[in-house]
Amino acid sequence: MVKDIRKIKEVIVVGGGLSGLSAAMKLAENDCHVKIVSVTKVKRSHSVCAQGGINAAINLKGEDDSPLIHAYDTIKGGDFLANQPPVLEMCLAAPAIIHMMDRFGCPFNRTPEGNLDFRRFGGTLYNRTAFCGASTGQQLLYALDEQVRKYECQGKVEKFESHEFMRLVLDENGQARGIIVMDLFNMKLEVFKADAVVMATGGLGLIFKKSTNSTFCTGAANGRLYMQGMIYSNGEFIQIHPTAIPGPDKLRLMSESARGEGGRIWVYGDSSKKIITPEGKEIPCGVTGEPWYFLEELYPAFGNLVPRDIGSREILRVCQLGLGIDREDQVFLDITGLSDEKKNNLKAILEIYHKFTGDDPRKIPMKIFPAVHYTMGGAWVDWPAADDPDREERYRQMTNLKGCFVVGEADYQYHGANRLGANALLACIFSGLVAGQEVPRYLENLHSTCHETSENVFVEHLLKEEDLKKDLLARKGPENIHRLHDELSEWMVKHVTVKRNNQDLENTLDKIRELKERYQHISLDDHTQFANQTYAFANQFGPMLELAMVITKGALLRNEFRGAHFKPEFPERDDQNWLKTTMAVFSPETKEPDIYYADVDLRHLKPIKRDYTHAKKVKPTLENIPVNIQLPI
Amino acid sequence: MSQKYILSIYRGHPNHQYWEDFELTLIPMANIISSLMEIQKNPINKSGEKVTPVVWESGCLEEVCGSCSMLINGYPRQACTALIAPIIRETNHTTIKVAPLTKFPLVRDLIIDRSSMFENLKKVHAWIDVDSTHDRGPGPKISPEKQQIMYSLSTCMTCGCCSEACPQVNAHSKFMGPAPVSQVRLFNANPLGHTQKAQRLRPMMEEGGITDCGNNQNCVRVCPKNIPLTDSIAAISRDTTSQAFEDLFSFPDREKT
Repeated sequence: MVKDIRKIKEVIVVGGGLSGLSAAMKLAENDCHVKIVSVTKVKRSHSVCAQGGINAAINLKGEDDSPLIHAYDTIKGGDFLANQPPVLEMCLAAPAIIHMMDRFGCPFNRTPEGNLDFRRFGGTLYNRTAFCGASTGQQLLYALDEQVRKYECQGKVEKFESHEFMRLVLDENGQARGIIVMDLFNMKLEVFKADAVVMATGGLGLIFKKSTNSTFCTGAANGRLYMQGMIYSNGEFIQIHPTAIPGPDKLRLMSESARGEGGRIWVYGDSSKKIITPEGKEIPCGVTGEPWYFLEELYPAFGNLVPRDIGSREILRVCQLGLGIDREDQVFLDITGLSDEKKNNLKAILEIYHKFTGDDPRKIPMKIFPAVHYTMGGAWVDWPAADDPDREERYRQMTNLKGCFVVGEADYQYHGANRLGANALLACIFSGLVAGQEVPRYLENLHSTCHETSENVFVEHLLKEEDLKKDLLARKGPENIHRLHDELSEWMVKHVTVKRNNQDLENTLDKIRELKERYQHISLDDHTQFANQTYAFANQFGPMLELAMVITKGALLRNEFRGAHFKPEFPERDDQNWLKTTMAVFSPETKEPDIYYADVDLRHLKPIKRDYTHAKKVKPTLENIPVNIQLPI
Repeated sequence: MSQKYILSIYRGHPNHQYWEDFELTLIPMANIISSLMEIQKNPINKSGEKVTPVVWESGCLEEVCGSCSMLINGYPRQACTALIAPIIRETNHTTIKVAPLTKFPLVRDLIIDRSSMFENLKKVHAWIDVDSTHDRGPGPKISPEKQQIMYSLSTCMTCGCCSEACPQVNAHSKFMGPAPVSQVRLFNANPLGHTQKAQRLRPMMEEGGITDCGNNQNCVRVCPKNIPLTDSIAAISRDTTSQAFEDLFSFPDREKT
């Protein structure tokens, strides 16, 4: 019997990292036919770079931990900017997610009895982080890659690797009907039809050029969607990781797990210098000539495991007092005193350090400094809570563009103003599973399919991309795309990272406007039609500039200090005026972001002070927990 | 004076490859990737001619993704961990030769197509069969010793260095190379994966499987992740022998007790 083509549930997943593969796996299990589009072999996606682990309150260490405490830590760690219902459900699903990954064969570290082992991570007082040595992301990704390969062998999944998403095809009703892709080997543009598109394209570290991100993490896909009308939220929240090592090509991460296993951060003290503690006391900067463990002194309760935004700010504060190693912006991360077993748990990252610096971190303290690491902001996606009356009429993880879902680092949903370590891998797998459940429901309720959509719609979108391609290749001007990228990154790193002030942000916006103009006058050094990386990057750079605007303008407008967004001019969190989600919409007329604000869903936990100096283990009371939560697992 | 070095790159398209030299200034912590980025920004060869920028594959730049495998001075390795200064010091030469791997189809310049490696993973059933993704409670208990071995085998990034170094992987042989053999060991070591061991061992007994290994041991020498590939080959060799006996003398998928 010939299958009715209209009955086949066609879904495209763009991106093959943890969230994309998790979505693809669940969709295949739910009888969808999935096309995965990825700029690289999915097994090489940026998820491999996640080192330290994945959080789940399984409570195997006798600490009385629970998913509710995990949710509390996550909401507080994000400085109350995250909508609370999705965070709650993510934390509730976490134990089952770890068990699922364990059954897939992900080689988690074990206790002597053979149970899962857990380590501590930042922003919590519990041992809640499951890990595979110090390359947990790699191992989780491989486990999902293997499951998806099984479905590939069954014909339920097709992969299009070395293909790039260029544009979403929207029909006359504004409904997603497919995408335009470019084959990165022969540069040909093509239409892929589908009735739902799941975007899982990760973060945008490359806008800052030097970051801990992989070369693929340009943010271009999100930028393209934003230019097509997708709302982009909380763009100004960019995580700066406290501990990375410098390099001319990349800043390499030294995982928070180094501190989770007992690593300590220090500089040589200088008692003639003074520093203000979070409680406003003035204290000397340690003892002259002796190691000063400043995080332990400033934050006695959490010590070296304060959340990342705090860690990065304090490191820079200490360096600005002239206490950085060699008077530069770098401090020591010291694991030399750890047991051999603990060092072995960190083997993967210790080898990275050794290979790139030539120094053996088992013997000599590592020199580290803060680096752009994670994109908390991203596509605005919907989340009807379990007990919302319109739960069934809305779709979780769906953007304002109907049929276009976004998951993983590319969405804005789970981390608020600052992400806690080891929550990214969890959010990626969880949001992918959610999309894997929501998309089939969306398809069930759809009245027509992409096969009934007029061919003209697809042709029109294809032609737009063909025109852009011709235009880029034909540009003849004095500018070089890679130098423009260097300039953009210099400004962004200098003015839109740890410390921000309004004058610099204004100037940066002007700079980006200037770069947008100069971008019209580039000429490409490569005009061939085969594996042309110069052209591919030039095409990505346009939407990257637009997202740079969103980040910078969002930062300029937000006159407060919250999580990763620190503005000395406005040194307090201002819940009255700024406890709200930034919503950026691209204006086709002005070519600038229009920004408005939406309320944060605070139904489970009222905002409290974000204290990491005294806080003890607490049994938080989360209110209004629905009784009908159905986890996607 | 700042030190100069030359990147001599074997580049071009299939059937039209040539060497092109680029002169660069040594900067701290420079590696092959940062050198290629410089060339991309300023694509002028040593003779002063403007040329098309060199293209290459890269991803994580910290040796966990497997993208940037190349021949560097003839040795298959990841370009990201190939630091310039130590290479100059060790070879006493300021010219470094960079070429694409030769055991895979060339795409352009330093880009090769390693799809065959992923096809091999399909052939050897390189996954664990589970009932579904629904919550079915904790996985099996595993000793820390066993976890350590599985973790080590599981760090294979499908980079292709082992195949490149293996004399048995060539145009005249169907040998699938050392990496899939080691993956068979990984999945068969898993308590759940063990139940499908025959499905992984049987492809190993066919043409292109384990008997095509010439025991040259190059693979284990070049593996950037120090995966015990030759141990895996020895272990799977034994297992295929007993699988062959089982297939011959007993019911096909009889569980060993």
